[in-house]
Amino acid sequence: MQDVWKTYADGTHALRGISVKVDRNEFVYVVGPSGAGKSTFMKLMYREERPTKGSIFVNGFNLEKLRQRKIPYVRRNIGVIFQDYRLLPKLTVFENVAFAMEVIEAPKKIIRKRVMEVLELVRLQDKIHSLPTQLSGGEQQRVAIARAIVNNPSVIVADEPTGNLDPDTSWEIMKLMEEINFRGTTIVMATHNKEIVNTMRKRVLAIEQGQITRDEWRGDYGYED
Amino acid sequence: MRISTGIRHLREGSKSVIRNGWMSFASISSIMISLFILGVFLLLSLNVNYLAQQIENQVEIRVYLELGTTEEMIAQLNGEIAAIPNVKKVQFVSKEEGLVYLREKLGESGHDLLEGFDGDNNPLNDSFTIEVTEPREVAAVAQKIGQLNDGKDPKPIYRVSYGQGTVESMFKATAIVRNVALVLVAGLALTAMFLIANTIKLTIIARRREISIMKLVGATNSFIRWPFFIEGALLGIFGSIVPVAVLLYGYWQLMRSIQIDLNLMLIQLLPFEAIGLKVGGLLIGIGVIIGIWGSVISVRKFLRV
Repeated sequence: MQDVWKTYADGTHALRGISVKVDRNEFVYVVGPSGAGKSTFMKLMYREERPTKGSIFVNGFNLEKLRQRKIPYVRRNIGVIFQDYRLLPKLTVFENVAFAMEVIEAPKKIIRKRVMEVLELVRLQDKIHSLPTQLSGGEQQRVAIARAIVNNPSVIVADEPTGNLDPDTSWEIMKLMEEINFRGTTIVMATHNKEIVNTMRKRVLAIEQGQITRDEWRGDYGYED
Repeated sequence: MRISTGIRHLREGSKSVIRNGWMSFASISSIMISLFILGVFLLLSLNVNYLAQQIENQVEIRVYLELGTTEEMIAQLNGEIAAIPNVKKVQFVSKEEGLVYLREKLGESGHDLLEGFDGDNNPLNDSFTIEVTEPREVAAVAQKIGQLNDGKDPKPIYRVSYGQGTVESMFKATAIVRNVALVLVAGLALTAMFLIANTIKLTIIARRREISIMKLVGATNSFIRWPFFIEGALLGIFGSIVPVAVLLYGYWQLMRSIQIDLNLMLIQLLPFEAIGLKVGGLLIGIGVIIGIWGSVISVRKFLRV
């Protein structure tokens, strides 16, 4: 990201000149108080929002110059994970994960094989026919992770993936994220979880009032909340 | 698009109808009710139109010839009248035939009246009966026939009659009936479209979150739209089959039970065979198009994420 500014229509300056580079295979925490611009920062990466100024490159694509029609193709290389899971409520676990592959028009056989593979990775192979509403929060988040990685994206953008989970479940999710990172996927994760940041040490980006105030290797959470 | 993707869209579209059970039910019922009402009015107005047409087609021109017009002149006139644009059929009615026809028409009551008229003692004129292709042009044709007198001596045409005055006001009446029927049907069709599209829109707004999730996973707009397209078409088909079946069956029964009575009154309704397929096809077509239109338009709003 180079000198990115984002001003919302109501005049809020969410980001004021952010420049940062995340390398392939990195694991980055994005921390900072609520309303400091974390979410905007994340949304810019998967092109839900467009910057008011500046440019953003993901996988070599300039998101700013991207045609509306091309957005879906870039998103297929970015796995997104949210605090509220965002699963399709009427589809089963299997169908939810398979959906991401149907979108890229993968052959049925390959979809079946690959979906089972990732569901095993997140240890949900016994629940493939359940609906999201029948699952616990942790299980739903694991489905979301399976969906995010099923197409082998190069980057995963996670916006407070543990925000709604209890500490034990959060750790399960974090172990999964770390494993995915070890397998070669870049991870950018916004979080409020001090314990996780301080224990599983990674690069920490702190955003305050729309600017990066800290960028440390193996940094700590740095806030007392 | 790959074939397997096409099959997927078909499958997802159909599944979606079932998954959104109550919403689909609401859409299908609103299509059913609207199309039923529309269908009733459509049948009514088609028949009103048909009746008006029958009445109009009964308009004909009578040309009475002067007594003593020669046979060559009659043959010449026959040819000249037939050559006038818009004339469908010219039939010569000699005064003898005229008398026979009049006797038949008046029946018993005319027996006394016409007694003593026959053969050489015939009060009628020779005449032509002329049918026109376009009843509304009858006045113009009659005028042209009248002009055939010009330049002939002796003038062969005694009088041209087509029910002046009556015919004009009849056309006014049928035109009003037709226009009212047309406006009613058009108005109903529009109302039906908005009602149905609105119901479908509600069912889709309930799914806007799903649509935004699909976009985040990297689905293209057309990938999202197709299942909705198919779902809309299915809603349209299901919603139109029932009213079409009920209407056509009802019409068929109606024709069977009142046809004879109506024939006595010299009124004819459109036969079932002539309109069954057309009305059925039209209603199903409208249902499908509205279904598709309603869902595709509604999805479009949520695709900009």
